[in-house]
Amino acid sequence: MENNTVIYFAVAAATIYLIRVLPMTLIRKDINSRFLRSFLYYVPYVTLAVMTFPAIVSATGSPVSGWAGFITGLVLAYVDGNLFRVAIGSCVVVYVAELLIR
Amino acid sequence: MNTGNENLKWYVKGIKDGFPIGMGYFAVAFALGITAKKIGMTPLQAGAMSALMVASAGQFAAMTVIATGGGYLQMAVTTLIVNLRYLLMSCALSQKLKPETGILHRMAMSYGITDEIFGIAVSVDGRLNPFYNYGAISISVPGWTLGAFLGASVGAILPKSVENALGVALYGMFLAIIIPESRKNKFVAGIVMISMILSCIFTVVPWLSAISSGMRIILLTVVISAVAALIRPVEGEEGEAHGE
Repeated sequence: MENNTVIYFAVAAATIYLIRVLPMTLIRKDINSRFLRSFLYYVPYVTLAVMTFPAIVSATGSPVSGWAGFITGLVLAYVDGNLFRVAIGSCVVVYVAELLIR
Repeated sequence: MNTGNENLKWYVKGIKDGFPIGMGYFAVAFALGITAKKIGMTPLQAGAMSALMVASAGQFAAMTVIATGGGYLQMAVTTLIVNLRYLLMSCALSQKLKPETGILHRMAMSYGITDEIFGIAVSVDGRLNPFYNYGAISISVPGWTLGAFLGASVGAILPKSVENALGVALYGMFLAIIIPESRKNKFVAGIVMISMILSCIFTVVPWLSAISSGMRIILLTVVISAVAALIRPVEGEEGEAHGE
């Protein structure tokens, strides 16, 4: 493995960078198509929602604390919306939940 | 043109918003580093991999290829598929920039298009200043790199309970991005709910769950966003949806 690690890294890093850089550099203008603009407007919300659930439930030591973190995140994001406070709040609740169920 | 002062303001804002990301990254990268050590990578390699790729799922996939002694083509195809969602994010982010933003800025910003940095960058008001991304990158990527390095060198210095708790940090941030918009826009709220339900179905139902998580994210994102765009095209400038 040792011999190839550098090439492995180069291939993986180059692939990932190309995926990221091509649209950013090739799409230089505002897209006029209403459909495409709408599509791109929805992309972040759908992607982040798909990535968050159900993965968050299994991101901790137990589903119970995972659900506790998820619900806390939902509530905090609804009433507050500050990135830092929502993230920390969810972590604290997970920590406490795991202490309680142990 | 942007003045230096304006850029500095955005840079500082990027650092501020990127700070929780950096913390979350540190924890996740730590776990990544432990895995890297298991497959025989040195701490330096684990750190270098993180600094070069800045991609969580992508790095896990890359390590799988390395651990199983796969070919370079397999490495390229695997990382392409697992990270294809960044292509969509990059498209979306390109629309957030002023059209006259220079190519060097575009190339530099692209390095740091991660789920989280993308998330905060698309949700800034109005057009995006590249320095916002630079701020977020300069606080979060060191956390990501250092986490992997330490994870591979010292293993479990963090108690398991802390590691578990930090596991939700990144998801908490995702929620802080999607929920406030859902509160303002009922249609987005519906889309978010449908996305979560379908994602759940794709995770549990036997033959659907055979689809890798990278593919699942791309598939659902393309289909749901396209349907949403057909049902409710956005109006006005900058892709901001108006009205209920």
